[in-house]
Amino acid sequence: MMNNTKVIQVEGLTKLFGDFVAVNKISFEVEKGEIFGFLGANGAGKTTAIKMLIGISKPNEGKALVAGFDVFTQAEEIKNNIGYMSQKFALYDDLTVKENITFFGGIYGLSKKIIKEKTTSLIEDLELQKVTNSLVGSLPLGWKQKLSFSVALIHNPKIVFLDEPTGGVDPITRRQFWELIYKAASKGTTVFVTTHYMDEAEYCDRVSIMVNGKIEALNTPKKLKEHFNVENMNDVFLKLARG
Amino acid sequence: MSISIVNVSKSYNKVNALKNISFDVKPGELFGLIGPDGAGKTTLFRILTTLLVANEGVVKVAGFDVVTDYKNIRKCVGYMPGKFSLYQDLTVEENLMFFATIFGTTIEENYDLIKEIYIQIAPFKDRRAGKLSGGMKQKLALCCALIHKPKVLFLDEPTTGVDPVSRKEFWEMLKRLQDKNITILVSTPYMDEAALCDRIALIQDGNILEVDTPKAIVKHYTKQIYNVSANNMYQLINYLKEYPFSHSVYPFGEFVHYTDTRTNFNSNELKTYLRSKDLSNLKIDKTIATIEDTFMELAK
Amino acid sequence: MKRFIGFVKKEFYHIFRDKRSLFILFGMPIAQILLFGFAITNEINNVEIAILDQSKEVTTQEIIHKISASKYFNINQLIEKESDIERIFKKGKVKAVLNFEKNFSKNLITKKNAKIQVITDATDPNTANTISNYINAILQNYLKEETTSSLKAYKIEPKTRMVYNPELKSVYMFVPGVMTIILMLVSAMMTSISITKEKEIGTMEILLVSPLKPNQVIVGKVFPYIFLSIINAIVIIVLSIFIFKMPVYGSFFLLAIESVLFIITALALGILISTISATQQTAMMISLMGLMLPVILLSGFIFPITSMPLPLQVISNIIPAKWFIIIIKAVMLKGVGLQFVWKETLILIGMAVLFIGVSVKKYKIRLE
Repeated sequence: MMNNTKVIQVEGLTKLFGDFVAVNKISFEVEKGEIFGFLGANGAGKTTAIKMLIGISKPNEGKALVAGFDVFTQAEEIKNNIGYMSQKFALYDDLTVKENITFFGGIYGLSKKIIKEKTTSLIEDLELQKVTNSLVGSLPLGWKQKLSFSVALIHNPKIVFLDEPTGGVDPITRRQFWELIYKAASKGTTVFVTTHYMDEAEYCDRVSIMVNGKIEALNTPKKLKEHFNVENMNDVFLKLARG
Repeated sequence: MSISIVNVSKSYNKVNALKNISFDVKPGELFGLIGPDGAGKTTLFRILTTLLVANEGVVKVAGFDVVTDYKNIRKCVGYMPGKFSLYQDLTVEENLMFFATIFGTTIEENYDLIKEIYIQIAPFKDRRAGKLSGGMKQKLALCCALIHKPKVLFLDEPTTGVDPVSRKEFWEMLKRLQDKNITILVSTPYMDEAALCDRIALIQDGNILEVDTPKAIVKHYTKQIYNVSANNMYQLINYLKEYPFSHSVYPFGEFVHYTDTRTNFNSNELKTYLRSKDLSNLKIDKTIATIEDTFMELAK
Repeated sequence: MKRFIGFVKKEFYHIFRDKRSLFILFGMPIAQILLFGFAITNEINNVEIAILDQSKEVTTQEIIHKISASKYFNINQLIEKESDIERIFKKGKVKAVLNFEKNFSKNLITKKNAKIQVITDATDPNTANTISNYINAILQNYLKEETTSSLKAYKIEPKTRMVYNPELKSVYMFVPGVMTIILMLVSAMMTSISITKEKEIGTMEILLVSPLKPNQVIVGKVFPYIFLSIINAIVIIVLSIFIFKMPVYGSFFLLAIESVLFIITALALGILISTISATQQTAMMISLMGLMLPVILLSGFIFPITSMPLPLQVISNIIPAKWFIIIIKAVMLKGVGLQFVWKETLILIGMAVLFIGVSVKKYKIRLE
């Protein structure tokens, strides 16, 4: 039986590309409602690991349960229970705010009535009333990212995966974005996030740092700083990644 | 002046990308243009590199006018656009050789300038550029922009999407280039990189908010900032925002940066308020403003 | 000059490292020529026919003999009455029935007009049409050969369109067309794609912010494709000569010069397309829709221009491919020299100059 408070359980997960070990026997657990920071240098294997967790890439070895489902055999169930947002793929620029919400609601099989309710509450929460019928492409980047995050949560997923959600976003909007993350987490959604902003790493409940396919550190930001005897997460990262 | 920008405005598709901006960059300076995506950084870079013509204003680079004298500018500037613009199907060495040739020079002629950077990627010189990691692409792109020994170097968001390790190395390289008498204008959305520049301009929505040295710029921030922390970050932010005297509330790493509207702020009063909201482990300490605080205050 | 060589070298790296494009570049001409030459053909061979000879005279016997001697037709059976015709078609094997009227020779001499009914199975209209054309041709041939001085008065309608292709080989009609399509495709599409690719990956910005002049960039980009297009033209001509025994009556030199002229026109069009498209995808769409379709439909390659409605005939004049096809057909099949195609050549030169002029003018020294 799976422990109810653990929404992600990973053990010895490995991915090979030919001779190259992209992800090397990583193991970790993520609690319900936790904000989990998944850090690492470019090419450390983060993206490969996330792809395995969201069910679009098959691991070579190991075990992983996401939202209670096995990544080897139940990829479809996983997809129904998670939300995903990346910097590259967010929303359709040539659809309006409303059309995007309706479309993504439809993808997850929500009824018309629920989509309508969700649209109204979402637009109110993000204060997008004035641009409901504007094309998403005409919105500032920060607004798009906030909207995109809310859309990723439209089907009340157990876990939401965010791949560098705040790259290039201005500092104020970046903070508003994190307030949305806090809000989602306080309602019990687990947030799994990658970022290159080290101050954002401090906002996470726990942080893991990947180096060359392995998880070299995993703890609360506070404990990590104590352990490496440094001032901030940036220095923790530099110490680890530089070896 | 190495770069002089006077009253420049530019609009396209009805969007005012730049609104009457002016500033100078001195010879040999490492000048940072700091602002988020969509602030107008790339538009300004394209005007400076003669790729776009401003609707209004006068721009000079290395003493030449960007409109009438664009040919001379193109001979003496180096430019690294936002995406690392390399030929993915050419090897590291072929890319470098190609850019050397079109600028009428050879790798050997200016090797001393790129040597330090190039030796880091030299082991991969026969690898196609498309197969390099982000950090290595960034280094190769920098070598290509430097190969003709430019007087002025334009780097548009060279560190975006690059991990903190590569970013740090990149800034160390820029510092060393500065010793070789190259004026560098670099843009970045990362506020923490601003501290590494000689002078910076903060840009948002096509407006220059402030131009000064990083040390001086934070002095423009007049309010006292307090680091506040508690057992629950999200509750803390919400209750601080509800506090009737709050001026600004921004999460900053493990703390929340809080400023008060009153001049006679009393931290005990705030503690009492927060305790009444069931928050514990309260800590309130004075702290000094960062560039990011300044930026947010100015952009507000 | 060193810059130019460096640039061209880089272009060749791009071309030779993209295996898929390279395959299309050189595989396509061969595949197209073979496809048009063997598979998609208007030629007929050993078509089964039936004969209803109501006069049974020397003349009709001679004609029947001529028909059966050709490799195009096989006489399946001889039938006796008209009511058999339908029965035979229903069986499906016979594709045509020749019905000689009664007193065929008498009518030919006295009325100077004898009738043969050619009934074809029009379920496949193309084949039916071709069959009746072939039979007509054989009849005309017969009349020409048999017409002695005493019979000079007989009316013979000459089939002029077969004069330069007496063996009725469709491959002769297709080679010029295929060559035109391929030169157009390689030159215009490949250049427009390779230029827009630089825009897409952002290297165009660096090229612009370099001391390279716009015309250096353009010439550097198109030069490799001139070279590749010439190789393609040679491959096509060699294939058609050796595999399809296609004659080249005119001068090879003239053919080469005219081909280079057409290649330059197509390259200029490619540059023009690249100045108006921002992505490789747009460039490809414009090249396919804007160049390929008109070349196939309006150049006279497949559908004769004379049988088009007037507006289309007028439009066909602005298609460079039309003039090139006229020129190479004349040079290859009629063996004429420049004195007969100077008009078409001049039109092509005019078009090339116009396109180059417009694209150099449109090619921007800046981004907008």
